[in-house]
Amino acid sequence: MIDQFSKDQEFQLPANTGFIVLSLFVALMLNWLPWHGLWLAMRPDFVALVLLYWCTHKPHQIGIGVAWAIGILADVSDSSLFGQHALSYSVLAFGGLMLHRRIQMFDVREQPLQVFPLVLISYSVFASIHWLMRGSLSWEYFLGSLTSALLWLPMSLLLQKMRRTRNNPNEL
Amino acid sequence: MDNTNTFRFFNRGPSAIVRLIFFALISLMLLFVDARYKHLESIRTILALPIQPLQRLATDLITEPGVLWDHFSNYLDTQGRLSLENEQMRLKHTQDATQLLQLEILQSENTRLRTMFELSQHLDYPIKMAEIIYLERDIFKRKVFLDKGSQQEVVAGQVVMDEIGIVGQVTRVYPWMSEVTLITDKDHAVPIQMLRTGLRAVVFGSGNISNLDLRYMPSSADIQVDDTMVTSGIDGTYPPGIPVAKVVKIERDPAYPFAQITCVPIAGVDQQRQLMIISGLKKLPAIPKDEVKPLEPKGKKIKRGKP
Repeated sequence: MIDQFSKDQEFQLPANTGFIVLSLFVALMLNWLPWHGLWLAMRPDFVALVLLYWCTHKPHQIGIGVAWAIGILADVSDSSLFGQHALSYSVLAFGGLMLHRRIQMFDVREQPLQVFPLVLISYSVFASIHWLMRGSLSWEYFLGSLTSALLWLPMSLLLQKMRRTRNNPNEL
Repeated sequence: MDNTNTFRFFNRGPSAIVRLIFFALISLMLLFVDARYKHLESIRTILALPIQPLQRLATDLITEPGVLWDHFSNYLDTQGRLSLENEQMRLKHTQDATQLLQLEILQSENTRLRTMFELSQHLDYPIKMAEIIYLERDIFKRKVFLDKGSQQEVVAGQVVMDEIGIVGQVTRVYPWMSEVTLITDKDHAVPIQMLRTGLRAVVFGSGNISNLDLRYMPSSADIQVDDTMVTSGIDGTYPPGIPVAKVVKIERDPAYPFAQITCVPIAGVDQQRQLMIISGLKKLPAIPKDEVKPLEPKGKKIKRGKP
């Protein structure tokens, strides 16, 4: 089991562009499910997580530009101000790019602690823009950053499994 | 194997910090333009065209099984329950019919009185039924999306209500859908009139899911718990006489100049799926400009022409 988590190989697994696009699309659809009330506050930001995953694992393919474009899509779908999601996702992608070697050093089970501050910063960017524009803030919004960090482990394991090709002939 | 360890001499464009600053500046510029002006609405509409069917699909994936299950369980309803329900319905119908009779009498009396006082008649507004497609995912805002848009002649500013009261107002229109801001949205204002005393005021959304605030009312104002507020119609946006909210709590603290009054909306702002859009409101006459004209220097030209 430990062998599966070995860090050196996991970051060198190939990822074709189609798979990256598909994963981002699925994350957007998950964000667009009809969340409501407390569930909306508790909802992890799937798009932010998948973006951060690709920024740390494939920093040469996914960067700030892609994050910004997806943020604009999120702005249209949430009818938030243009640039609100875009700015917070850009900051998140920047953090991912800067810290991708640091996050690589850690085992996948230790990564959520490294990921949580990044997600929290991107959440605060979004909230502070809202606060500047409309002068109000609800604190339960930040619950989402916690659940996002908790979701990091299962999500990165899932994406890893899907990227891994089956080389061992005995494996089913 | 991927090119994770590229050599330095491969040109990979500007560094991450430069790109961050570039995109952050664009975002801030867009934020400013979007918050201050309305120039970006067309871009939003175009971008929304491919996104909205997907959002709708995501909502349907969750809600459709529920709807199908409802159909199924309806099908399995026993005959006994149906006959019982029929019985109750008939009883209710009889009661309602008597009340309806009274209503007709009252209505005719009302029309007579109104014509007597030469008041303008309350209009029957044309209404459109619309269905909520999905709720907004932004935790800070209270908005819903309806399935009627500019193709069905919905215009921004029209009022949305359910069968018992005001729900909100159309704030943005896309070709096949429209965005409705609920009255509970933070700082959303509705001009109202207290039904009991006739006192005019403005009720604001509190941003809380089921509360409204009646601000800037002096502590001595004649307001009681359970007072009903209806729209006053003075703004020309909301038709007059539609129930809006009910007072649930009044705090009169002498330390503050204003009483703190909490209200709850009468309409099921968070519960309905079918809503009505009211259209065809009569335009109010513009504010007369007669007072402004005498201020203009009107005699100058005549004076110049005289000599």
